[in-house]
Amino acid sequence: MKVLVPVKRVIDYNVKAKVKADGSGVDLANVKMSMNPFDEIAVEEAIRLKEAGTAEEVIVVSVGVKQAQETLRTALAMGADRAILVVAADDVHNDIEPLAVAKILKAIVDEEQPKLVIAGKQAIDNDMNAAGQMLAALLGWGQATFASELTLDGDAATVTREVDGGLQTITVGLPAIVTADLRLNEPRYASLPNIMKAKKKPLDEKTAADYGVDVSPRLEVVKTTEPPVRSAGIMVESVDELVSKLKEKGVV
Amino acid sequence: MELTHEHEATRQSVLKWIDDKVNPHVDDWEAAGIYPAHQVMGALGALGMLGVSKPEKFGGLGLDFSYAAVVAEALGSIKSGGVAMSIGVQTDMCTPALEKHGSDALCEEFLRPAITGEYVGCIGVSEPGGGSDVASIRTTARKDGGDYVINGTKMWITNGVQADFCCLLANTGDGPVHRNKSLIVVPMKTKGVEIARKIDKIGMRASDTAQIFFDDVRVPQANRIGEENMGFIYQMEQFQIERLWGALNNAAMLQRAIDCTIAYTRERQVFGKPVLDNQYVNFALAEMQAEVEALNALNWRGVEMVVAGQDATRIATMAKLKAGRLARTVADGCLQFWGGMGYSEDSEISRIFRDVRLTSIGGGADEVMLRILTRYMGIASD
Ligand SMILES: Cc1cc2nc3c(=O)[nH]c(=O)nc-3n(C[C@H](O)[C@H](O)[C@H](O)COP(=O)(O)OP(=O)(O)OC[C@H]3O[C@@H](n4cnc5c(N)ncnc54)[C@H](O)[C@@H]3O)c2cc1C
Ligand SMILES: Cc1cc2nc3c(=O)[nH]c(=O)nc-3n(C[C@H](O)[C@H](O)[C@H](O)COP(=O)(O)OP(=O)(O)OC[C@H]3O[C@@H](n4cnc5c(N)ncnc54)[C@H](O)[C@@H]3O)c2cc1C
Repeated sequence: MKVLVPVKRVIDYNVKAKVKADGSGVDLANVKMSMNPFDEIAVEEAIRLKEAGTAEEVIVVSVGVKQAQETLRTALAMGADRAILVVAADDVHNDIEPLAVAKILKAIVDEEQPKLVIAGKQAIDNDMNAAGQMLAALLGWGQATFASELTLDGDAATVTREVDGGLQTITVGLPAIVTADLRLNEPRYASLPNIMKAKKKPLDEKTAADYGVDVSPRLEVVKTTEPPVRSAGIMVESVDELVSKLKEKGVV
Repeated sequence: MELTHEHEATRQSVLKWIDDKVNPHVDDWEAAGIYPAHQVMGALGALGMLGVSKPEKFGGLGLDFSYAAVVAEALGSIKSGGVAMSIGVQTDMCTPALEKHGSDALCEEFLRPAITGEYVGCIGVSEPGGGSDVASIRTTARKDGGDYVINGTKMWITNGVQADFCCLLANTGDGPVHRNKSLIVVPMKTKGVEIARKIDKIGMRASDTAQIFFDDVRVPQANRIGEENMGFIYQMEQFQIERLWGALNNAAMLQRAIDCTIAYTRERQVFGKPVLDNQYVNFALAEMQAEVEALNALNWRGVEMVVAGQDATRIATMAKLKAGRLARTVADGCLQFWGGMGYSEDSEISRIFRDVRLTSIGGGADEVMLRILTRYMGIASD
């Protein structure tokens, strides 16, 4: 069976994000970008299925700017077999909304016929947590989100989900969509031999128009602001002073 | 030199591995004065990073030296210079001569496991009597039947406590001092090899540095690298790669010094504003950045020469010298802006300051670099 893994190129998790001067979003010019960490986990899970002999082919897909091909190469270096890049924007600041991504993914799923799609539970840039669910709805497939464990058995997948109260185990029939949570696995580091091999793996380049999907935004970003800075504390000399300051502030 | 996507991917993979698997442990290793070399080398070997430019025949990747250079730089982000140095000894200090001049059987026995990380190697050149004047070393390897019998003492040997083999320089003849030495691979478990002590150092503390006695140590003559009495020449060649590695790694550590100083001084308030917001401070940092960039340019010129198969001795010597000089001015200059924190044991800058101080001494002191350069310039006084 084929496994499809959508991956997103996002601001690196180590970078301290800065808001653009006009408040229209986060400044991404000359900022280090990487594969969304949850997608890395999804790629890892798919590769493990292949190594276990359960999956025959792992296809990675990215929708976004042309530079997302670097992200796809990273996935290929981890062990994915081939990649599809769907160029849908020419400015990194132009984020493609989950519904448009899901529509493009649906078109690709229709073409490729994977039995399983493993996605990250959310992208760390805007935390939408929606593309996987929307894709399931568009395809009419079952979904198992926030997976921390995945086992395949014939035509079903047993998934342990991280829910508020603890862990929930469910079974979904294949084909299905699984979204990866943090504890699903620990992604590997691309080895140098695999980095060199990735160079020769196929990477198809498409556009959103090829799939007839309109990617123009439906949401309007009204304003983006930095989180409020914590104001400096003050030093107090004694317990009495502390108590009186707290009283002043009306907290005690 | 134009770096490819694969160079960048290599750098990112090493950086990520360091972040997750190495940096969380370095404080413990620094405190212990040693680190688990086999474990770390094994992990790095599994990623293919120990054999970047080594022949594919022995498990390497056969890529050109620019990839190894990228790894040398990436290792600069290990928050313990000693761990990075230990890895550098393995990849670019104790194995280049073996790779280039060693027999297939010798490479099979020692180079292959050094590439997988199963073996840890060390390089035995310096002695208690002196490290600068390599020609004057005293260790001897006397022929006896099919063997060499080795006697002498090696000093300052990085990885010495944990190593499985040593690429050892010893006198094997009576000819002129540059034509009487050989490089011999000595398995460290051989009878007569004794780790005399682990040397306590001001920096590079996670790296074990040993004084080693060789007392009638018997190894087959087949363990000699290349031709007999060519060892001094081979070692001088091998030093070029060692020095370039050192300059590349050092430049990356100095970049880290600047970066962590910017981060610290941006947060630290004095006289009502961040330390960084004093032009005196940010100008000084800009100046240091310019110098580190100049060093990078020199380093990569050397890398290009190695990749093109040219003799990079002159440039590698200059790069090593400038790296040593900058190690002192940049690390000291950055530390200053940390105030008391810079003088404390737990700040990132104080460890960098102590670690990079070695650059002016190890692998040939600054003065030895100058001596080499005066020869290139035709102005040597001896
Ligand atoms: C942490 C550490 C790790 C090391 N690892 C290794 C290793 O793995 N393998 C190995 O073989 N060696 C290793 N060394 C040894 C290193 O290469 C030597 O310390 C170095 O070459 C200097 O030799 P020396 O210490 O004997 O100093 P000396 O030779 O005694 O020189 C002392 C000083 O004299 C000055 N000097 C020397 N020559 C001249 C000159 N011609 N003109 C003017 N001044 C001069 C320099 O300032 C020099 O620093 C290591 C050293 C250290 C500290
Ligand atoms: C070993 C040790 C012993 C000490 N003993 C004592 C003691 O017994 N009693 C005591 O009271 N204190 C003591 N100190 C504290 C010492 O006096 C302070 O560390 C020192 O005054 C610097 O203050 P700071 O560490 O808070 O640095 P900060 O005030 O944070 O300054 C950091 C750096 O900012 C830069 N800087 C500061 N002001 C400016 C400016 N206007 N323009 C440009 N750059 C600027 C400087 O480079 C400075 O080093 C000790 C410190 C050490 C390390």
